[in-house]
Amino acid sequence: MTIESSAQAFALRGVGKSFRYFKLEGLDLSLPLGQIMGLVGPNGAGKSTTIRLLMGLLAPEAGLIEVLGYPVPARIAEAKREVAFVADDMRLFGGATLAWHMQFMASIYAGWDQAYAVLLMRRFGLRAEQPVRSLSRGEHVKALLLLALARRPRLLILDEPTSGLDPVARQELLTELMEIVRDDSRSILFSSHNTMDVERISDQIAFLDRGRLVDVRDKETFLERWRRFQVDLPLECRLPALTDIVAESREGRLATLTTNHFQPTQVAAVEQAGGRVHEVQRMSLEEIFVASVMRNRGEQLS
Amino acid sequence: MHSSYIISQTDPRPLYLQVKEQIRHRIAVGELKPGDEIPSIRALAADIRVSVITIKRTYLELEREGVIQTRQGRGSFVADNVRLGDSLKEQELDSHLQAAVRAAALLNLTEEQLAERLRAISRDIKTEKP
Repeated sequence: MTIESSAQAFALRGVGKSFRYFKLEGLDLSLPLGQIMGLVGPNGAGKSTTIRLLMGLLAPEAGLIEVLGYPVPARIAEAKREVAFVADDMRLFGGATLAWHMQFMASIYAGWDQAYAVLLMRRFGLRAEQPVRSLSRGEHVKALLLLALARRPRLLILDEPTSGLDPVARQELLTELMEIVRDDSRSILFSSHNTMDVERISDQIAFLDRGRLVDVRDKETFLERWRRFQVDLPLECRLPALTDIVAESREGRLATLTTNHFQPTQVAAVEQAGGRVHEVQRMSLEEIFVASVMRNRGEQLS
Repeated sequence: MHSSYIISQTDPRPLYLQVKEQIRHRIAVGELKPGDEIPSIRALAADIRVSVITIKRTYLELEREGVIQTRQGRGSFVADNVRLGDSLKEQELDSHLQAAVRAAALLNLTEEQLAERLRAISRDIKTEKP
């Protein structure tokens, strides 16, 4: 049973999974080949659960999952030949060296690129002969990333890849990630708290909160649609009812409106009501994310 | 590498616009000439570490403005008839002036008041010590 064309790196349709204190519900999410998706959400939003479902580490209670055209979890073994996954809590064999790990990966994965592995080792400042037990936290993450990147996977899945990295290592990682998508058949899914990294390199952005997908869109559309406007308004004037306003606050003569679908008619309506729009601002991904989550939670309460 | 493209985190302009302005600037100063090939979308994205979709938007807008041309299967090139040098700089000036006129309208300034402020700012800049 296939969900749709094989031009998707992965697809989830109506996926659900419940735990004692947490429930993932009706998740619909897919990524076209050749693209990078940033998965953004607060702690406990369901990012890691989503990733573990894709990797076949958890079985869904509802819905369909496909990874590189293979149904998951049924045929996860085949998918895994071309999918690499890194989470920063993954363990390595403590007593063994990085060189040993590299040989081990080469013996398992046909696509292993030893020359690229050696290059990455140099770029990341790692040493082949060092036992992985003695690596610092940042070095451990870099070793995991090296072992995943040098497999040249068609789909790379990273759970919080930049969380343990210093700014220099983070930039190096972003460089390597962008190298991957020079090839338009390779794709990346990464979860992150760092909205700056997501904003910079993602083609698609998905917001998760409390087990639900709050929004998913291509990044340019996302950033283009959200605006915040500052309005000066005589005390006796009321703000008109506008469509697509997600947040509104007023303090005396000053009002702030946030929209998730900016249209010039919104400005015109405010001015018609006697207000003066003195600034229309773009919003950063982080601001958009927080506004989306607050609105989602407000809707759940009401 | 095209590391001379700078993406500023403190620049309030969106990424696609920052890249667009820098390509236009390269044409304005003659670093890129009519008919020159420019990198593919994916190549430029990887070189400056900005998402593919952002560079795609940059190229689409440059095409729409007639600054570059994309020939199917052959890549993207600076347009042969691109308005070069001064006229491109004039366009840039016009876009700044348009922004100033819009800002003045929001402040309810008359055209004359705006012109007076422009003259005042111009005097200030001229008297600035280098």
